[in-house]
Amino acid sequence: MKQKRKAVALISGGLDSMLAVKVIQEQGILVEGINFFTGFCVEGHTHAVRKKHKDKQKRNNALWVAEQLGIKLHIVDVVDEYKDILLNPVHGYGKNVNPCLDCKTFMVKKAVQWIKEHDFDFIITGEVVGQRPMSQRRETMPVVAKESGGDDLLVRPLCARQLPETLPEREGWLDRDRLYDFSGRTRKPQMALAQQFGFKDYAQPAGGCCMLTDENYAIKLQDMWHNRPSRNYELDDIIMLKMGRHFRLAPYLKLIIGREEGENRFMQGYKNQFMSIFPTSHPGALCLVDGEFKTDQEKQQALALVARYSQGKNAAQVTLTIRQSDGTEQNFTIAPMAPENINREWII
Amino acid sequence: MSNELHYVDARRLLCPLPVIRAQDAVAQLKTGDKVVVTSTDPGVKADIPAWCRINGHEVIDIKEQDNEIIITLCVNHKE
Repeated sequence: MKQKRKAVALISGGLDSMLAVKVIQEQGILVEGINFFTGFCVEGHTHAVRKKHKDKQKRNNALWVAEQLGIKLHIVDVVDEYKDILLNPVHGYGKNVNPCLDCKTFMVKKAVQWIKEHDFDFIITGEVVGQRPMSQRRETMPVVAKESGGDDLLVRPLCARQLPETLPEREGWLDRDRLYDFSGRTRKPQMALAQQFGFKDYAQPAGGCCMLTDENYAIKLQDMWHNRPSRNYELDDIIMLKMGRHFRLAPYLKLIIGREEGENRFMQGYKNQFMSIFPTSHPGALCLVDGEFKTDQEKQQALALVARYSQGKNAAQVTLTIRQSDGTEQNFTIAPMAPENINREWII
Repeated sequence: MSNELHYVDARRLLCPLPVIRAQDAVAQLKTGDKVVVTSTDPGVKADIPAWCRINGHEVIDIKEQDNEIIITLCVNHKE
């Protein structure tokens, strides 16, 4: 009896990996999915927390894709291992702080390790030649294959015919003629293939699914690195960069002011890690203080700013509480900061 | 078949971490064991059942109390 071959697919939750899996399933291969959680995935945090996204379905797209395809999905926490990729990328960063080439290499390398441990035959990804400016260029795709150790076990079904033959094709596990030759940034071939497969609903995240490609997020991350003795980070640090308005009052002092009820509620969970400020005379935002006040002026500025983002912003005075992370509290009454007095240089 | 009860505290974690914590716990357990996952991220209401459907496990109960979502699932490692 002919042995059923097994492939593991890197599943991001987007259309390309969904199509890549389907193309391979159509050739009788058993496919399972693997999804790496780096901490920088766009979905999840923000949508889960922010009330303004309440109309968006709170679904994990990788799980959803796996369910549509009828495949198992293994979600792997790589937050700690990923730090080295982000902090020391051999191939550098893209437009923002996105180490895409190192990232893709890392993920394929992890998949190589996974197929060895689970007795799978090869790896598939939804990559397309020329689709992305860093990791999906004709010159860089072989780099990923080589440096990851994936070599000819790495199949990119959507553009395989643009690339050298892989082992599964040579061995006859896959029919090269039934793989595709997509290239470039156009999405039309993918849309057509999706229609052919009957996929009507799929995620199309603008700019990819990684916060590191987002300019605003990159600015906040670089600010954090610049103002700390070390660039090392914890998961809480990178989640907090997605929350609230950020004001850098001094190299040692940053305020994070919640933008809405959902964020305020989420940030409440950090009150025992950070000093916090919240209005008591009016409803308003919670502020987490990342750092310390070294002068009374800084404390007054912080209080006035938080008052400004409360519903007492037009009142003569607002009463606020400063709560230390150990739970001790002190009350203050202050006039909200006038918008023209907010130093633009504070805003990150 | 085993029938032990296990607990996963995924409070304050945002998806997909509660799913990962549940997945890692389930990997260590036997068919028939039950896992109670407590989370504060409403995303788990969609994600943990989806993960269970994909991987063949069964969600027995989902309840909410005091801003926490408590999901009980039954492990099934059968192919």
